[in-house]
Amino acid sequence: MQVSIYRYNPETDSEPYMQDYHVNTGGKDLMILDVLALIKEQDEAVSYRRSCREGVCGSDGLNINGKNGLACITPISEAMGKRDSKLVIRPLPGLPVVRDLVVDMGQFYTQYRKIKPYLINDTPPPAIERLQSPEEREKLDGLYECILCACCSTACPSFWWNPDKFIGPAGLLQSYRFLADSRDEGVSERLSDLDDPFSLFRCHGIQNCISVCPKGLNPTRAIGHIRNMLLQRAT
Amino acid sequence: MVASVTSFGRSGVYDWLIQRVSAVIVGLYVLILLGYLLGHPDLGYEEWRDFITSGSMRIASTLALLATLAHAWIGLWVITTDYLSNSFVRFSCQSACGVAAAIYLVWGAQILWGL
Repeated sequence: MQVSIYRYNPETDSEPYMQDYHVNTGGKDLMILDVLALIKEQDEAVSYRRSCREGVCGSDGLNINGKNGLACITPISEAMGKRDSKLVIRPLPGLPVVRDLVVDMGQFYTQYRKIKPYLINDTPPPAIERLQSPEEREKLDGLYECILCACCSTACPSFWWNPDKFIGPAGLLQSYRFLADSRDEGVSERLSDLDDPFSLFRCHGIQNCISVCPKGLNPTRAIGHIRNMLLQRAT
Repeated sequence: MVASVTSFGRSGVYDWLIQRVSAVIVGLYVLILLGYLLGHPDLGYEEWRDFITSGSMRIASTLALLATLAHAWIGLWVITTDYLSNSFVRFSCQSACGVAAAIYLVWGAQILWGL
């Protein structure tokens, strides 16, 4: 099959370009990460991130035939549309490219850091642990599973235009993960940090984040929950 | 918290609420106008003038004008902060929008209350 890869080496290239490769998959429905490994055998200069190769670490988020996803759990059959004649692999959109398919995740992590991704609780902890009821724990389902692969935030136009101001769907999903946690005492502080026209309200609900999340999570719903909390507090 | 001095209410919640409330006001106003027009198929100038200059319609039109301006300001502010990355160009465009909104407000008040 024909595969087109985004190439850019800032030390030697004046601008990015697409390079075509022919890959023999042996008729198998390989994962995109396996296709990249076959290309790496042909051209060892091709650069990409990968680690666990089973959809847990979130290292290999890529733009595959126009849609963000994890290369390790996206099979060729899923990536190729009916009209696609070849596989086109680009880095996650919106983030600065370090080299080829490797992006600088700095802006993404800066936004993540802003939501204070840890429990805020000044009450002295009990001897063993802070207990939760099964119902309280259940509220974290659909939130804690995020692996911070950045597929959602880099599919969001609001994050493309304002990556320094808009937290982005991944960060906001994580923000709600702590707002919904019964052990957290920082609700007021967290909500105050989000009550400006950019941090949360730049989300216009177009739901790109839902359609690309490789873990099947729903950041738009989490953002809606935070917005309702802000509205209840302000009215 | 991201500071912003050019947004409508300087608060995300406030802007969000105003945008929705203003949309409802404009929507209701349009429905009132449409309802009146559909209910009066042989409408003449005199009858239309009496309707539009009645006290309740003047208040409704003023409210719709204020709601339109607030809604437009919030919407255009979002567009300018999305697509105009140069701060000078962005602020110039926002200023032009603000001046236009002020002109429309005074002009609209003149039309609505000067008849």
